[in-house]
Amino acid sequence: MCGIAGLIHRGKSSKVGFELQGMLQALKHRGEDSTGYALYGDTEGKNFIMRVKVGENVGEGSSSIAEDVSVYDERKKIVESYLSEMGAKIVKEERILPYSLRYEVQYDKKDLLEFSQKIESIPGVEILSMGKSLEVIKDLGNAKMVCDRYNLDKVIGTHAIGHARMATESGVDIKSAHPFWGYPFSDVSVVHNGQLTNYWNNRRALENKGMRFMSECDSELIAVYIAQKMREGASLEEGMKESLSGLDGVFTYFVATKDSLGMAKDTMAAKPLVLYESDDLVAMGSEEIAIRSILPQEIDTYDPFDGEVKVWQI
Amino acid sequence: MANLKTTEKKTKSQAMGMHTEVLTGRTQQKFFNPDEAENFYYFGTYDVDFNKRTDLDVKDMTAAEANKKIDSLMSEGYGTIVIKNPQGKHSLGVGILNKLNLIFEGSLGYFGMGSCDGPIVRINGRVGWSCAENLMAGKVVIEKNAGSCFGAAIRGGDLICKGSVGARTGIDMKGGTIIIGGDAGAFTGFMMQRGRIIILGDVGINLGDSMYDGTIFVGGEIGSYGSDAVDADLTKSDQDWLKRKLKVAEIGENFDVSKMKKIVAGKKLWNYDNLEPTEKKGAI
Repeated sequence: MCGIAGLIHRGKSSKVGFELQGMLQALKHRGEDSTGYALYGDTEGKNFIMRVKVGENVGEGSSSIAEDVSVYDERKKIVESYLSEMGAKIVKEERILPYSLRYEVQYDKKDLLEFSQKIESIPGVEILSMGKSLEVIKDLGNAKMVCDRYNLDKVIGTHAIGHARMATESGVDIKSAHPFWGYPFSDVSVVHNGQLTNYWNNRRALENKGMRFMSECDSELIAVYIAQKMREGASLEEGMKESLSGLDGVFTYFVATKDSLGMAKDTMAAKPLVLYESDDLVAMGSEEIAIRSILPQEIDTYDPFDGEVKVWQI
Repeated sequence: MANLKTTEKKTKSQAMGMHTEVLTGRTQQKFFNPDEAENFYYFGTYDVDFNKRTDLDVKDMTAAEANKKIDSLMSEGYGTIVIKNPQGKHSLGVGILNKLNLIFEGSLGYFGMGSCDGPIVRINGRVGWSCAENLMAGKVVIEKNAGSCFGAAIRGGDLICKGSVGARTGIDMKGGTIIIGGDAGAFTGFMMQRGRIIILGDVGINLGDSMYDGTIFVGGEIGSYGSDAVDADLTKSDQDWLKRKLKVAEIGENFDVSKMKKIVAGKKLWNYDNLEPTEKKGAI
């Protein structure tokens, strides 16, 4: 079933990590196989933040195969040597968990395709996000567990999207968890609730154009699809509008960039979404209780209609 | 027992294109038998006093706890209950099978007021998906917006949303009336079988798709018609009924009903009268 939530503060920053945790935890009955956060810091830094995983969480419920930590260590070494090879200088490095790394890197080139391809040529390594304000954090468990594991409740930012996942068509693992990074675009992320029925046709077409897929999760297609549209010159909103006919199935999804947040709903309105909009805050989720976790007072909310696309700026 | 087939009402309903309409739920007279007094009330219903009023704050309760508490209050004879701080909780107020004046001071989540038969409910907020699903009788008024599948499969009663509603409003409805003050989404009246839907605003694509019977009245623009949904003439009887219904519903009393569109089933998809193969064999 899955639950999605997102919020954008307009004209100010807030504790988006804490707020999104509350929203996603309120939706945990929609799935707690994995939970993911895409958090956008309040100022655009000079350096890129790269979140990368060098292995999977093989805890209870995981569908991944256990590997020795020494394998992760080896992959980490190769990642760092490749960064050096490509002229990316590591400014700061954190190893939050044996398989989860966070690098602040100084990298001058704007095109991240070559960079990403190089890093991901290392078997078992995946860039979860790359951006100057975006950080994607995803792992197994519910929102509270993931938030505590990665200390997300203190993250300050302008906007965020997140996903509580009930695995249905692909594994219980980090690679299939949302949000998906809009590879190879800096600061683009996607979460999705629904099912895409023309996944393989679209995937083959996009792979022929050089785009990469890291999982077999149909939701990843949205991130790649939007990224490809933007690569061809479309704006975020244009790409989202094209997706209404380009993607087949039932879906409600959110896309975020460094300064905007958008939502799209399929033409049958088969997947739920409740939206709250005011001058300084937009909050939305699969159910109203997600919004109520940050706005307990009585508010006016509504369901966007079928085929609706909306984009808000910070 | 009232014989519906010979009454004036039947003739009038036929004139309005509702020839198969039979009222259902607690108002249904067909099963009334004065010798079976115990059948007047379902198991788990209470004789309440509307003048006995109380408040219930459900802020720190689960939906199950809140519903049990409502049940307990009804068993004590409370006929007017005001629910404070519902805060979008799911499944509140479900399964109430007796008369009750219930007021929610706030919004409900999914499945609010599901499977009810008799209460008069006012929700001073919005409701999530599938509000009042399977309503048998009574009246539910929502002051703000509603989610999708509003009034799914209702059998009777009045369901009123003063704001806008999502997709598939009145899906599979088998009786009763749904009134929308604002706009309605796609697939409104999808597979409806009986009853009436009134939308004062615009409505989305595939209106009345695969409807078997029943009537839809639309005041605004229609995105598109669904399979087998067709226009019908808006009669004087229709207009009188619409005026009366909108007045009673405290919504759109001054709305110009003469310009409303009336949509009914084209009945080209019908196979009600087709016999099953085994029945055909028997008939031969």
